[in-house]
Amino acid sequence: MITSFLLKSLDRSIVVVVAILLGLAIAIPALNLLTAPDHPLHVPTFLVSLFGKYLTYALLALALDLVWGFCGILSLGHAAFFALGGYAMGMYLMRQIGVRGSYGNPLLPDFMVFLNWKELPWFWQGFDMFWFAALMVVLVPGLLAFVFGWFAFRSRVNGVYLSIITQAMTYALLLAFFRNDMGFGGNNGLTDFKDILGFNIQADGTRAALFAASALTLALCLVLTTAIVRSKYGKVLVAVRDAESRTRFLGYRVEHIKLFAFTVSAMMAGIAGALYVPQVGIINPGEFEPGNSIEVVIWTAVGGRGTLIGPIVGAILVNGGKSIFTAAFPEFWLFALGGLFVFVTLFLPKGVVGTASAYLARRKAHRRAADAENARDNLVAEPMAAE
Amino acid sequence: MNQTISQTKPKSLLYLDGVSVSFDGFKALNSLSFVIEPGELRAIIGPNGAGKTTMMDIITGKTRPDEGQVFFKGDIDLTQRDEAEIASLGIGRKFQKPTVFESHTIWDNLELALNRSRGVFPTLFYRLTVDDKARIEEILSTVRLSARRDDLAANLSHGQKQWLEIGMLLAQEPELLLVDEPVAGMTDAETAETAVLLKEIARTRSVVVVEHDMGFIRELGVKVTCLAEGSVLAEGSIDFVSSDPKVIENYLGR
Repeated sequence: MITSFLLKSLDRSIVVVVAILLGLAIAIPALNLLTAPDHPLHVPTFLVSLFGKYLTYALLALALDLVWGFCGILSLGHAAFFALGGYAMGMYLMRQIGVRGSYGNPLLPDFMVFLNWKELPWFWQGFDMFWFAALMVVLVPGLLAFVFGWFAFRSRVNGVYLSIITQAMTYALLLAFFRNDMGFGGNNGLTDFKDILGFNIQADGTRAALFAASALTLALCLVLTTAIVRSKYGKVLVAVRDAESRTRFLGYRVEHIKLFAFTVSAMMAGIAGALYVPQVGIINPGEFEPGNSIEVVIWTAVGGRGTLIGPIVGAILVNGGKSIFTAAFPEFWLFALGGLFVFVTLFLPKGVVGTASAYLARRKAHRRAADAENARDNLVAEPMAAE
Repeated sequence: MNQTISQTKPKSLLYLDGVSVSFDGFKALNSLSFVIEPGELRAIIGPNGAGKTTMMDIITGKTRPDEGQVFFKGDIDLTQRDEAEIASLGIGRKFQKPTVFESHTIWDNLELALNRSRGVFPTLFYRLTVDDKARIEEILSTVRLSARRDDLAANLSHGQKQWLEIGMLLAQEPELLLVDEPVAGMTDAETAETAVLLKEIARTRSVVVVEHDMGFIRELGVKVTCLAEGSVLAEGSIDFVSSDPKVIENYLGR
């Protein structure tokens, strides 16, 4: 059942993207580790981490596309799920520091010693084990999305109102995580990580492995979301997006349909955050900034909403542009981003991927029509030739 | 009147008694009572604001009545249930404006409407069976859309969308179909064909049609209920109702 469910997703464009991701998962680490630093094809470690970061952003945008592109839920709080996944991973990494911290406390992270805390708060228990942290990476964002969605969807909060309360959610978390007594390092967040699963987090090999893990996770999540949207459930999602009350009067529990997609999406965002933190080396409350969630919407819109591949392309394009732009003309980046969003909304409403695939489909239909015409001409021509 | 109504309750398919609802002081329904028998095709007429759509909202669970009883199949209290639950009990509803899933194909529209398990996981792992396929084919030919099965619903004409929506309701296999103005905006030929279609459907289930088009109702040739100001004004054959002086004054005369 599960295999046939996943097999459904293997159409050509998805296969191509998955193949590219798998190729990158091998090629980038290989070019980093196996070539000499002065080799023309050498990929420096900082670039490996930078590309890895783009892939986690791409995963976040993919997660948003599942709810926004297919179910019409414009979440402006997805960065919150990303940050929560990131914090869960950060807590594991903090516990790994142990006596190597500035205060040398084997149990308490530095900021707790600094705040004069005597024992580890209950919610930090268990985070010394990777499997527990990995579980929390998925469960905490998933649970928040489930509870939030349960109330919002059951009360039929829709459209712009839902977007506003998702912004409020991420803003509330921002304020909460800024407080020192929340126990998550306050303003400074969690940083100074030393190792992950026993490997030095700064080492080239670990960085390469994290990149490969990001690429593989993205590929896996792409296959999974494709299988979801190709299933009958995926058709119901689109039905809810296009005519919610019709779906309801057909007997579907719209709130359950939305809740499942929202929760799965939040879990994927959490995984993205967990892969992001070890590659950038820090997680702080800034990740909850309302603006971050809005940026995710821009990546998704630029790449093409409701296409699954689009958000991946959009996240990489926009963030790549951001890296280049902020290095070359730092003061113009925000203008460029705003301009890009206006341009895409006006001229490419389906995004880069959406527009390209619409063009290809049109060309294909055109060619098929031409072929049909030729075939007809041949049919007419043949009897004449026989005479 | 009340006496006879409560006696018919156990055998009735749909039973409304003393239903009232008001919005911001405006009484949309005022002690509305009527009964639909199993297998009946009923037409409901009435001027704008008579409460026809509100009545449908109440039956399908979109609006809760302030007072009164609404029972389905004798003992299922509809006022305690929501839209999805009522739909799965076997009440289908067609909206005034044709509402289909525009970005799905005709086929997918019917597949979604098909009376199968509606939960998240059954739909996630759903596979089209031979039976389901045959059923969809059958409905496609009933609503005369077989040739367009792979087209997007968005590309249908207005009349065809109406039919697709009726087809979706058929796929739902309801025992009671509520149809709100099915021939609004249709050509005369389409209207005549829709009357045939509805009569065909009413052979196996009850249908309630709300309509303004008197010609269409005459074509249906069924019992008519005239609503005005939220309650029943007259009930009977079309000739009986249209000769009623109150109906003429309230509705036809205008």
